[in-house]
Amino acid sequence: MTDDNRRNEQLARIARNNMGEAAADVPSEPIGLADPKISARGVNVFYGAKQAIKDVSIDVGMDNVVAFIGPSGCGKSTFLRTLNRMNDTIPIARVEGDIRLDGEDIYSPKMDVVQLRARVGMVFQKPNPFPKSIYDNVAYGPRIHGLASGKAELDEIVERSLQRAGLWNEVSDRLSDSGTALSGGQQQRLCIARAIAVDPEVILMDEPCSALDPIATAKIEELIHALRGQYAIVIVTHNMQQAARVSQRTAFFHLGTLVEYGKTSEIFTNPREEKTKDYITGRYG
Amino acid sequence: MNQAGHTVKAFDDEMSDIRGMISDMGARAEAAVEAAMNALRDNDVESAREIVKGDKEIDAIEATVERRVVRTIALRAPMADDLRDLVAALKMSGVIERIGDYGKNVAKRVGALEGHGFLDSNPQLFRMADIAIEMVHMAMEAYARRDVDMARAVCVRDDDVDQLHKELFVDFIAHVAKHPTDATEIAHLLSISKNLERIGDHATNCAEMVYFSQTGSNLGDEFD
Repeated sequence: MTDDNRRNEQLARIARNNMGEAAADVPSEPIGLADPKISARGVNVFYGAKQAIKDVSIDVGMDNVVAFIGPSGCGKSTFLRTLNRMNDTIPIARVEGDIRLDGEDIYSPKMDVVQLRARVGMVFQKPNPFPKSIYDNVAYGPRIHGLASGKAELDEIVERSLQRAGLWNEVSDRLSDSGTALSGGQQQRLCIARAIAVDPEVILMDEPCSALDPIATAKIEELIHALRGQYAIVIVTHNMQQAARVSQRTAFFHLGTLVEYGKTSEIFTNPREEKTKDYITGRYG
Repeated sequence: MNQAGHTVKAFDDEMSDIRGMISDMGARAEAAVEAAMNALRDNDVESAREIVKGDKEIDAIEATVERRVVRTIALRAPMADDLRDLVAALKMSGVIERIGDYGKNVAKRVGALEGHGFLDSNPQLFRMADIAIEMVHMAMEAYARRDVDMARAVCVRDDDVDQLHKELFVDFIAHVAKHPTDATEIAHLLSISKNLERIGDHATNCAEMVYFSQTGSNLGDEFD
C-alpha cells in the first residue's frame, strides 16, 4: 500500500468514527484542518508491550497555540515527543501511524532526524541550558547547522533570538556570562531563544513553566502569545488556567486516547465529553 | 447532571452553600410578593410594614452571595459547569434581589390607594400576580432540580403576564375615565401592574440562567 493510500484509508476511518452516535447530535470540532502544519493520523505508541498512545489523530495549524492537557500518565508528553521523534531515543519505544510535517512523513527512513529536530524545536520542563555562555547557548544550533556565514551574521541571529525570547534587554550586557547563572525563568527563556535560533517551524513545550515562579511563568506566557503565528506551538501543561490562557485549541488526553479536541474557549466553558468536564472541574478520579 | 463530587470536598461545600443561599433568596422573594399582594387585597398595613422590613434580609443574602462567588472564583478557578453555576448564581442573586424590591414596592402602596373601587370589581391584577409568583416558584424549582424543561416553561409563561399587563392598562384607562375619583388608586395599581410584569421578566431571567448553567447555551437563542 502506498503512503497516500494508507493515509486516505486512515482519513476514511476517522470520518467513519466521526459519524458515530455521539457525534451525530453534537456539532463536532473537525480533527482535520485545511492547511495543517502537523498532521497526525492513527498514531499508536508502545513502550515494550505497553501501549501508551492509542489511535490518536490530530492536526496542528500555524495560527493557533495548541495545549495538551490530561492527568499524569495520560500520554500527552509521549504524544508530544512523537512530533519530533524524541521517542527514538528510548530503545523500547515504538511508534505506529502517520505523522506529517507540511505533508512530509517524519517517520520516513529518508527523514534526517537532526534536521527534523531543528524544524521542530523543543523546550522542556526543567530549563537545561548548556554549561556555556549565554551567547554560545544561542549560537550553538546555528553553528552546527551552518546557518551563519560569519561572526556578524551569528551575532545578528543571537540578538534576534534573544529579543524574540524576551531576554535581550536583561542579558545584552553580559552575553559572555554562563547561561546556568541566570534565574530559572531566564534560563527557560534562554532555552526558547536557543530553540528559535535555528529558525524552527514548530516549537514543542513540555510543561515549560512547571519549575518557574508566577512572574517568570507570566513572562513565558507573554512570550508564547508573542510567538503565536510565527511558529506552530504545542504546549503540554498541567496548569489548566495556563492552557486556557495561552492556547486557542486544547486536546484532552486520557489513558492514551484523545478524548476531545476543540476550541479552548469551548473546552473550558462547555466541554462536550463528560470525561473532559470531570477532569477540568477537578472531579477526576 | 452534576453528580460526582470534586476531589477537593471544600469546593463542593462552597458550591452547595451558594446554591442554598440562592434558593433561600428565591423563597423569600416569592413569599414577599405573595404576602404583599395579600396585604394589598386585605388592606393589611401591618403585614405590609413587615414585608418592607424583610427586604433588608434579602439584600443581605445577595451581598453574601456576591462575596462567596468572588471568593470561590478566586480560590478555585472554576471551569465548565462549575464556572457557569457560579456566574448563574451571581446574576440570579441580583435578579432575585430585584424581585424582592418589587414585592417591597407593592407593600409600600398598601394603605395609599385611597379606596378599592377598581380592585373590588376586577380580579385580573391578582390573577397576574398569581402567574408571576408561580413563575418565580417554577424558576427556583428549576434551579433546585437543575431542570431545563421547567426553565423553558417559565419563559413561555412570561407571555401571559405581559398580555395581562397590557389588558390591565386598557382597563385602568377605561376605569379612570368613568371614575375620575379613583385616579389615585389607578395610579398605584398601574405601578403595581408594571412591577408584576417586571417580576415575570426577572423570573424569566432566572430561568434563563438555570438553562445556561446546565447547558452552556442561551435559552434566548432557542426562542429567537
